[in-house]
Amino acid sequence: MADVQKIIGDAVKVHGTERKALMPILQAIVQEKNYLSDEDMISVANVLDLSSAEVFGTASFYTFLDTEERGEYVVRVCKTISCHMAGKDEVINALEKNLKIKAGETTVDKKFTLLTANCLGWCHKGPVMLVNDEVYPELTPQKAVEIIQEHKNR
Amino acid sequence: METTKVIVGLGSCGIAAGGNKVYNKIKEMKELENIDFILDKTSCVGMCFREPLVEIIDETGAYLYGDIDEKKAIEIIDQHVQKLTPVKEYIVHSDLYETRDDNFFKGQVKIALRDCGFINPENLDEYEARNGYVALKNIAEKGISQEDIIQNVLDSGLRGRGGGGFPTGLKWRFALNSEADEKYVICNADEGDPGAFMDRSLLEGDPHAVIEGMIIAAFAIGATGGVIYCRAEYPLAIDRLNIALEQARKAGYLGSDILGITGFNLDIYVKEGAGAFVCGEETALMASVEGKRGMPNKRPPFPAEAGLWGKPTNINNVETFANIPWIIVNGPDAYAAYGTEKSKGTKVFALTGKIKNGGLVEVPMGITIREVIFNLGGGIQDDKRFKAVQLGGPSGGCIPEHLIDTPIDYDSVNATGAIMGSGGMVVMDETTCMVDMARFFLDFTQKESCGKCTFCRIGTKRMLEILTRICNAEGEEGDIEKLEELAYHIKDASLCGLGQTAPNPVLTTIRYFRDEYEAHIRDKKCPAKSCKKLLTYEVIPEMCTGCTVCAKNCPVDTIRGARKELHFIEQDKCTHCGVCFSKCKFDAIRVY
Repeated sequence: MADVQKIIGDAVKVHGTERKALMPILQAIVQEKNYLSDEDMISVANVLDLSSAEVFGTASFYTFLDTEERGEYVVRVCKTISCHMAGKDEVINALEKNLKIKAGETTVDKKFTLLTANCLGWCHKGPVMLVNDEVYPELTPQKAVEIIQEHKNR
Repeated sequence: METTKVIVGLGSCGIAAGGNKVYNKIKEMKELENIDFILDKTSCVGMCFREPLVEIIDETGAYLYGDIDEKKAIEIIDQHVQKLTPVKEYIVHSDLYETRDDNFFKGQVKIALRDCGFINPENLDEYEARNGYVALKNIAEKGISQEDIIQNVLDSGLRGRGGGGFPTGLKWRFALNSEADEKYVICNADEGDPGAFMDRSLLEGDPHAVIEGMIIAAFAIGATGGVIYCRAEYPLAIDRLNIALEQARKAGYLGSDILGITGFNLDIYVKEGAGAFVCGEETALMASVEGKRGMPNKRPPFPAEAGLWGKPTNINNVETFANIPWIIVNGPDAYAAYGTEKSKGTKVFALTGKIKNGGLVEVPMGITIREVIFNLGGGIQDDKRFKAVQLGGPSGGCIPEHLIDTPIDYDSVNATGAIMGSGGMVVMDETTCMVDMARFFLDFTQKESCGKCTFCRIGTKRMLEILTRICNAEGEEGDIEKLEELAYHIKDASLCGLGQTAPNPVLTTIRYFRDEYEAHIRDKKCPAKSCKKLLTYEVIPEMCTGCTVCAKNCPVDTIRGARKELHFIEQDKCTHCGVCFSKCKFDAIRVY
């Protein structure tokens, strides 16, 4: 389990404790553990001398600052127009079937979270998905499942 | 004899297409077989549909190879580098041969993208070798004044390339004239329009051009700090920006008394976004930099008066900044020589959707949409019929076939109801349903609305509900009028550009494709045969062989018929999923 206090401490050393440090600190936590728990946000609020509601308000505004528990691998499939025209529905169906969850859910073993995302900037190479920080463009249902399989075995 | 150079395209799309494997294979060959050539990497040349790309430059000229995999890489190194015989069949562009992709380059004028695909973006020397930081050095050495720089930018006619189209020089002048102890310059790299990826390519391919543009702007307005706000979805761009910034600091382009200009102190840092489209709006962007929810604020005061931390701030888009060094080096007249009377210079477009050559192009303003789509873009996939192009993403609108000869300049595009926007072109063919397309963009803006203004927050939701109903065969008389009414209210009562322009895709599709809306609502038919709920599936008796494949695959078990006998679909249970149509090997399912 990630040591959140240490992550906050390290981030404060770089970004300070002013209000503008809030997002970089939250991002640093998400980088390590993929989401922000209530306790994490309260800790950050204490360090920056903000109300925890302020911290939650900011975090919940941004889709990449998840406030719900996420799996080890967060899969984000682009759902906007170019990827739709290229067949993203079939990709999502195949992933839902393979992972046995619906989009928006996390697998029981906490290994995968399947999400849809707005434009990822790969419109000419759709359908595309992000698995954490890695980009996988020009997907087919088979290719997408193979990529997930590969992550299952990691 | 000059050493041959082999350059592998390693932009995001090159890497995704397997560019790293090709690079490593070539590196391995070079080392194992001790072949004498220089191996380097570059970024995207815009020809994304032929990635991975490998360029070989020998004493006879430059040869660009496309669709290269490890096997082909071995072949071209062996044949071209070792035996000096270019492998013609893989060449996609060269001055020495005619190739099938030549049209993609004809008609392009590369100013903002001048170095993309030509330099290694992680190597400052290569940027400097192509006139990099010459503009900044000229300013330092010749003592060009702030006012002269601004006049140059004004004379060039450059307008904001992020979508607003406001004259850049004028924006700078406002910021210069605002007196304050601190001022800021911000680069808006929060590109989020569906269909747009110009800024990503530019940042990945030539980060120094953007940074140099920012430094010049900072000098011109007297800024003391700089921020590049880059969206989190672009990890490679963020990496390369940070590398470039560190190089610029070491080389003295950033720091104190930059290039000997006394009192010109500047540092720039990258601020990573966290997935909020509205942060591309300038006041929301600044709120986000300050660590708050990225919600827009009212203007005035404009950022030039009171922006980041309440100080005068100048915000420009990535592409705008990339043009600046070129304008300073080549002069405003050279830039203004391209384009039309009111829209000068060039514009980068991202071609996506049902187009053959998806990728990036930079063209002079005034070129027609037809030229871009059919000459550079190679036309429509599978030679289907062109239907419309969405310009300007969710804030823009569609331009139908009969307006395809519209010249691309700010005013002509605005007259169609679309906007130039940041330059995404989503091309649609006869199989694209315009109602569904409008629904897509509304779904996007509805999700991305920050919620501050009621009309944007709830109005887009209601519009989306109506559009969803229409696509699900539940449209009612009066829906079109209701959409129009909501659209006008949202435009009037929203604070920021996102809300004010959110209804545009709906309004333009109603304007040009009203008959499609009516067919959905009145006849319960989708003319493009795209909205599944509006389609009827039927077995064609004379084609059916009774193979039972459709019946076996039907998820709701609504297809009847014994083996080797005619099958039929019981319509009342049919969910219009289309599985029977796609599984039938005998074309025996009719869709209408």
